[in-house]
Amino acid sequence: MGALGATPSQTVGPFFSCGLARRHTVELAPPGVSGERVTVEGRVLDGEGQGVPDALLELWQANAHGRYAHPEDTQDRPLEPAFRGFGRVPTDCDGRFRFTTIKPGPVPGPGGVTQAPHLVVSVFARGLQRRLVTRLYFPGDAHSGDYVLGLVVPERRPTLVARRGDAPGALVWDVILQGQGETVFFDC
Amino acid sequence: MAGLRGYRRPAEGTQPPHLHPPYRSSLKRAPREPLVRMEHTLSEVTGPVFGPEVVEACDLARGPRGEALGERIVVSGRVLDEDGRPARGTLVEVWQANSAGRYLHAVDQHDAPLDPNFTGCGQTLTDDDGRYRFVTIRPGAYPWRNHPNAWRPAHIHFSVFGPAFATRLVTQMYFPGDPLLAFDPIFNCTADETARVRLVSAFDWDTTTPEHSLGFRFDVVLAGREATPWER
Repeated sequence: MGALGATPSQTVGPFFSCGLARRHTVELAPPGVSGERVTVEGRVLDGEGQGVPDALLELWQANAHGRYAHPEDTQDRPLEPAFRGFGRVPTDCDGRFRFTTIKPGPVPGPGGVTQAPHLVVSVFARGLQRRLVTRLYFPGDAHSGDYVLGLVVPERRPTLVARRGDAPGALVWDVILQGQGETVFFDC
Repeated sequence: MAGLRGYRRPAEGTQPPHLHPPYRSSLKRAPREPLVRMEHTLSEVTGPVFGPEVVEACDLARGPRGEALGERIVVSGRVLDEDGRPARGTLVEVWQANSAGRYLHAVDQHDAPLDPNFTGCGQTLTDDDGRYRFVTIRPGAYPWRNHPNAWRPAHIHFSVFGPAFATRLVTQMYFPGDPLLAFDPIFNCTADETARVRLVSAFDWDTTTPEHSLGFRFDVVLAGREATPWER
């Protein structure tokens, strides 16, 4: 413990869009950013299967080269100035969300073992007193060596992997807050 | 990435549980499965960096056609980590109800007036000492439907990033001496009283501006860094 205790988290409540909408970012990769373009669509659902209309996802990811735009990522891989790697995506009245980005490259993981391409995700909503932290992985990648997926019992891992949609580059991923098929959330 | 240092976890009871039945909205939204414990990787010790593109909006009390109604206040403080190190250049976003207890939001149905000169939203970057400062209006209390005759104490929402994904925090700032605090399920969801009272700002003569506004000080303390790397 440090000398100062950390400030407790509190819910974003129902009215956060007034303060957070200015930084809504549903297109993470402007034209010219390299990488495979993907569109992720899904819903945030509550324990009764109802869409959560007042949820907000925040996304953080590396670029296509597997480099984070942050001073602590000192890998000798290219940065792309036009790509921050941050997204902030609200749900609509049915709990639906949609964002476009590029698939990140693999990034280093513990023990020198590379992590499979992924986004880290924070979920905020009225009723959530702390954010929920989860990850979004991509279909078709080798996931067996991934440190974080390896912490999750196999039957729940599919909640962390997007499914392919109908159109090219389309991915589908739901966030189930509670109950059957509940998304894996991390103590992080 | 040899020697990756993670961020510290909160001590027991110093952060709210996900499920807090007195706060009804948590009942259908809090996960029931235990969280999966993980150590931080490069993905969690990095995070978005916001810079000069941020358009500062620090004076919420001045609207397009004049001054907002209500009691002008200065809210200022520092964003620090648990070891007292400032979070420099970090984005702070705030939002709040107006002096009548009404948000500028389509979903807010409280029968109280909107103020055309008050949006209740601000943003700024901390300076090299982690300091931020907003001029605003003291928000009003407002009713909500959590339980019969439920009222939220006056509060200002704060969203802070800090240096990493792991330090992201959204919280609420309250006012000292508010009689509603004792009855508010959201304020009281943190079991540890020492931790809970960190959400209450302090009246501050140093930032009280003569003939203009009362000062309230609110420091935001983010998770500190582990002293040693967890893996090499």
